[in-house]
Amino acid sequence: MIVHPVEDLIREHALFAETGPEIAGLLASCARNVVFRDGELIFKEGETADRLLLIRSGRAALETSIPGHGNVIIQTVKTGEALGLSWLVPPYLTDFDARAIGTVRAVSFDATCLRAKCESDPRIGYAFYKLMIPPLIGRLRTARIQALNLYEPTADPNPA
Amino acid sequence: MDTRGHAPASLLPRPMRVARVVTEMAGTVTIELEAGAFAFAPGQFVMVSSPGVGEVPISISSDPDDGTPLALTIRAVGATTAVIAAVSEGSWLGIRGPYGTAWPDIPEGDLLLMAGGLGLAPLRGAFLRALRAQERIGRVILLYGTREPGMILFDRELLGWMRQTRAEIHVTVDQAHPGWTGNVGLITTLLERERLDASNTTAFLCGPEVMMRLSARQLAALGVSPSRIHLSLERHMACATAQCGRCQLGPLILCRDGPVVRHSDVGRALGIAEL
Repeated sequence: MIVHPVEDLIREHALFAETGPEIAGLLASCARNVVFRDGELIFKEGETADRLLLIRSGRAALETSIPGHGNVIIQTVKTGEALGLSWLVPPYLTDFDARAIGTVRAVSFDATCLRAKCESDPRIGYAFYKLMIPPLIGRLRTARIQALNLYEPTADPNPA
Repeated sequence: MDTRGHAPASLLPRPMRVARVVTEMAGTVTIELEAGAFAFAPGQFVMVSSPGVGEVPISISSDPDDGTPLALTIRAVGATTAVIAAVSEGSWLGIRGPYGTAWPDIPEGDLLLMAGGLGLAPLRGAFLRALRAQERIGRVILLYGTREPGMILFDRELLGWMRQTRAEIHVTVDQAHPGWTGNVGLITTLLERERLDASNTTAFLCGPEVMMRLSARQLAALGVSPSRIHLSLERHMACATAQCGRCQLGPLILCRDGPVVRHSDVGRALGIAEL
């Protein structure tokens, strides 16, 4: 089995495609390689958001519980995307459950370590927060469109 | 010639017997009609009437080339569609048409179809044509989004296409219960992972207008020419003969100039809320 250094795994991830190798190198000491099995809970709603995961392969479901309806998947996060963004802002608590669908391979960053690196070197901090903005905007856009309930019959302005 | 009191032939509904009714999901059925010789092209629509109830425009969901009956997929959203969707085999409906523009001929390059909700119905005929042409064209990609797994239109047929054809088919839903192993998220999230050859791609889009606007914008940003992005637009089509103006969108009368239009022709108008 070939074991890739975690720095290479970060560099190969789609989220880091536009950055130079320097940022990946500087953040590598906060990262480790992780694997989750099918159905495994990756994190749970309300617990400390202590990780950022870069999905290398596989898919994870973000779930929440709706009384009377059980658990509902509200989004899936797939290869090349970031899972777990709540570590960016206080109170650093997760909003949803995350569960592996099939085997999920990821790079896991320790959130405290990441924040410390960003605080100590604003250049890294700026570059890294710039990487986090597109997924945040993407999720905001998705949530707004989904809130419109586009596919519901009541969305038809001219019901006949 | 005095034509007062005489409706032009194109306005007269033709009675057609309901041969079969297939329940697709709660409130949505596909009605197969004994249409006899009835020429149409994928993407066109007909006006469907129930005597004494009303008349509504419905897209044709069957394939004109495979010898299957004329099929209309209808969701009960109002008084007229509720009555039409509740018809039984052997009853009669009035049909006018077909009307409007069709999807363009299947292009030589890659074909991307993006459907949302019931928008898969008007695209079905074009998709089946593309499957038959797959030996001479490039990739055929079908991206489909709907609210939840139980609302996937033509679900068994989709599964068959996934297993038995070379088409690349991806489905996403807005939400799902655990056990669903597919994608959850907007249809545009499916686009992100497609490595499109933008200069060689033609796109057909059909679904809620917001979905089409966002998808068309994203395709244009990826480099697909707006003249090769085709949308099927809905407005309140009342006469279907470009007389009443109810379906006007800027300079277009959609029952005549649509429903299938180029994004390059309507992109600006779609951004004007008053239209």
